[in-house]
Amino acid sequence: MRAVEDALKIQVPTNARIIRNLIDAIQFVQDHVIHFYHLHALDWVDIVNALSADPKATADLAHSISTWPNSSENYFRGVQERVQKFVNSGQLGIFANAYWGHPAYNLPPEANLMAVAHYLEALDWQREIIKAHAILGAKNPHLQTYLVGGMSIPVDPNSESAINADKIAQLLGLFAKAKDFVDRVYLPDVLAIAPFYLDWAGLGEGLGNFLSYGDIPLIDNADPNNPEHLFFPRGVILDRDLSKVHPLDPEKIHEFVTHSWYSYEDESKGLHPSIGETNVNFTGPNPPYEFLDTDKKYTWLKAPRYDQKSMEVGPLARMLIGYASGQKRVVELIDSILEKLNAPATVLFSTLGRVAARCVETVLLAEQLQPWTMELAENIGKGDLRIHEQDHWEPSSWPAESMGWGWTEAPRGALGHWIHIKDGKIANYQAIVPSTWNGSPRDAKGLMGAYEAALIGTPVADPSQPVEILRTIHSFDPCMACAVHVLDADGNEITKVIVMD
Amino acid sequence: MKKTLILGVGNYLLSDDGLSIHVLERLQSSNRIPDEIQMVDGGTCGLDLLQYLEGVSNLIIIDAVNRKNAAPGTIIRLSGDQVPAYLSLKISPHDIGLPDLLATAKLRDLYPQNVVVLGISPASLELGVELSPVVAVQVDTLINLIIEEVLQIEAI
Repeated sequence: MRAVEDALKIQVPTNARIIRNLIDAIQFVQDHVIHFYHLHALDWVDIVNALSADPKATADLAHSISTWPNSSENYFRGVQERVQKFVNSGQLGIFANAYWGHPAYNLPPEANLMAVAHYLEALDWQREIIKAHAILGAKNPHLQTYLVGGMSIPVDPNSESAINADKIAQLLGLFAKAKDFVDRVYLPDVLAIAPFYLDWAGLGEGLGNFLSYGDIPLIDNADPNNPEHLFFPRGVILDRDLSKVHPLDPEKIHEFVTHSWYSYEDESKGLHPSIGETNVNFTGPNPPYEFLDTDKKYTWLKAPRYDQKSMEVGPLARMLIGYASGQKRVVELIDSILEKLNAPATVLFSTLGRVAARCVETVLLAEQLQPWTMELAENIGKGDLRIHEQDHWEPSSWPAESMGWGWTEAPRGALGHWIHIKDGKIANYQAIVPSTWNGSPRDAKGLMGAYEAALIGTPVADPSQPVEILRTIHSFDPCMACAVHVLDADGNEITKVIVMD
Repeated sequence: MKKTLILGVGNYLLSDDGLSIHVLERLQSSNRIPDEIQMVDGGTCGLDLLQYLEGVSNLIIIDAVNRKNAAPGTIIRLSGDQVPAYLSLKISPHDIGLPDLLATAKLRDLYPQNVVVLGISPASLELGVELSPVVAVQVDTLINLIIEEVLQIEAI
């Protein structure tokens, strides 16, 4: 959408800009909380161990870190009984396929029980705040109200079906709940769990190179290279040097297929995505196989590079670029966390740093949900009801040929789409998604991508239960399987992580 | 009044995995499902679907279903303990599938009294928005089974 808007030089109206910002923000907040509690927390929290916690001591712990009301001894006893019930009813196998009791779990039983309670509460929380998506985007996660040139959702104080005063009030209520949970549950939990895993502040670093396209334009006609104009500034950090944010030049992005199941005429070189090619060339091995040969082609991901270098994208990249750009609130929050953990900024280059950065980013965005809603209300109040730019709707108004780059920051990192429009049709279309940057294979020079680099040196206590590998991979929040959803009636294990020597 | 929900899940872009969308469209235009019964195209939404289970007593799920030794095109009905509900090891939150959704519903006391899965064993999961021929010929039978299921529930 933004790629087409860029190609046709479309400026979206103010209301559309703000609504897009709001949808982005609530989606990040929901996505990050769900990622933490329902995917990543189980790498750090031992649910079965929570059964041996003392509910009174758990209540004391909860009171010491937050004013969140669900924190009585009885409340935690109730949670414990509920978990016990599920563990006992073996036929459910509800917590199957996990690594309970693994020696790498360091939390005391009380912290485990508190986290389990919040795991359950996060489910109820998301069921509630997701209603904001229904108001603004119709359906999550595949939102339906986006349209080239703006949004398809009407803005009209006098219409019941449009964004009106009632809807604004509903949004403000939902956003207050969203922010409250982030401030009083998510952030305190991360701060409570992190001290038990400080060894992970020295593990899982990876590349030390970070890239962000920047996003969330705070004004109309925002200059993407001006860090004041974007909530997430654009830029590049190289070799873990936080004293300098390099400007981003999109011409320096190239994709290699040397180790990917695609072919180029000359695979020693990368192609800029505006002239990118996707020619499938599967060279095996055919399944079932024991392992992939990383000297050959071994993945469906291409290898994107910036100025010939591998890059990490995502919350850590965004927060480091914000921090190094001197964004006041980012610096305040990161410094306060570093102070609590009594650690230097270099600990951010790690698995734990990714967990912390994702949380900081959630706090930052949750704080803006209400002010941005008020910005929308004020703009509507001025009588501006425009939601869509109509001047370029007719293909007859387009140039014979145009190129566009759509850039955004998704929860998982920098996302770019490149389009070539010719005679009113798409002549070429290429996308580089965040997990392609982070999960990138080796390139023509053999340089590794972020996951591969981050796993080097990770200690694994028990190769048959590699929870340590999952900690680092999950810290990137990979998006690898938005794909097949066939139900397996036999309950077969579909995903298995195997450690090779 | 006990609430009944017909929930379709699956990826429309991957031929037979998109079974439920084809079925829901047909059900909707057939006018054979009473108005008070809600039909939701859950697509690939995962845990976001939890909100639709609130207050539901009878849940009919439509999905492509794999079962050992079931030839492609076989109609499969699962009920009671046959319906898989477990939290699985996963790499990405996008792996969250039906068993995770149902396990989570159990944890939050949202699991409906009656849950039935009705589906067809897939022949193809290739990119494409059409069903494979072996699955397509079974769709009429599946739709009749769903309507029978609904009528039985309504009769109780």
